[in-house]
Amino acid sequence: MWQTLYEELKDRSFMVVAVAMDSREGDPLQWIEAARPGYVTLIDRDHRLADLYHMVNVPQAVWIDERGRIVRPPEPAGAYEGFRQMDRVTRSMPDDAARITAEAKATYVNAIRDWVLHGAASEHAFDASQARAHLRVPSDGTVAAHAMFRLGQCLLRHGETEEGDRWLQEASRQHPESWCIWRQHAGVTELGLASQPDFWTRVDALGDKRYYARVDMEGMP
Amino acid sequence: MTTVLTDEGEFTVSEAEASGDALWLSAGDAESATGWVSKAEGLCRGSVCVPLPPGRERQLVRESRLNVAALWRHLGRPVVHSARGHVWVLGPSAQDRAAALRSLEAPDFTLPDPSGRLHSLSDYRGKKVLLVTWASW
Repeated sequence: MWQTLYEELKDRSFMVVAVAMDSREGDPLQWIEAARPGYVTLIDRDHRLADLYHMVNVPQAVWIDERGRIVRPPEPAGAYEGFRQMDRVTRSMPDDAARITAEAKATYVNAIRDWVLHGAASEHAFDASQARAHLRVPSDGTVAAHAMFRLGQCLLRHGETEEGDRWLQEASRQHPESWCIWRQHAGVTELGLASQPDFWTRVDALGDKRYYARVDMEGMP
Repeated sequence: MTTVLTDEGEFTVSEAEASGDALWLSAGDAESATGWVSKAEGLCRGSVCVPLPPGRERQLVRESRLNVAALWRHLGRPVVHSARGHVWVLGPSAQDRAAALRSLEAPDFTLPDPSGRLHSLSDYRGKKVLLVTWASW
């Protein structure tokens, strides 16, 4: 998704660092992504990023300036939850939902371009107080969940599957709003999870709540 | 062998004594795994010192050994360990994480690319960075 933008802007002191929050071994998508030239692709089995930046889902983006300062804190990377209107049998999306999803992505990509070209003068770059106001910070339960997730991953790496899985489940209980953690423990036994009934049950339980938080940017749905 | 996971990394300790919720390390191991040392003014890390809680000194320090799990809880930070006590995670507090984020200094990390080469976010200082997450699911 970021290749075109990266190619266009790479000579403007711009870098994309794409981090796969994925703890399964040898996933083919990692290799496909890695084969693309140019930007940096990293693998984060222990969900270090989710822990440090308090991220609960993917895809998320953080804008970071030349001095290493956060310009826009974590937010859905142009993602809109049009998929919730998908026909769950045929997996087709109503035209409207597909259009809004595509427009959201384009709006977000245009905003990144504007920031890369104009820096702090871009209307999409937050100043420090705006950035702090948009920041979400973890609770005690969240940091405990990340400690449990890390323990579970360490045990899994050492072949202690049963106890490792138990810690991933406990982490998910401690931090129920994290889709990253939930998917990883659900993913232990299931593949192609987005089409699984458990996923839809969890999505439906959101009711009127968003799956992807709204991005505070003009033109975003 | 006991594995201790902290924000700074992974440490293997050969002479740890794990019993129940306590993790006793030698002064040297405690310092290399956590940075904390026992001094006259209490327990210290760099220039920060925390006095030993009166009446509970022996729960934290005995002879030259330090119960790093009790210290962590005393600091309000999460501690979890495997059932047989061979892997421990000493995590940061929610306040630690929140303070780091509120500084707006992007938290640094080091992760491998698919070929195993390590990259740090700070390697890209001087460029605008779009940090994005994704997953194969």
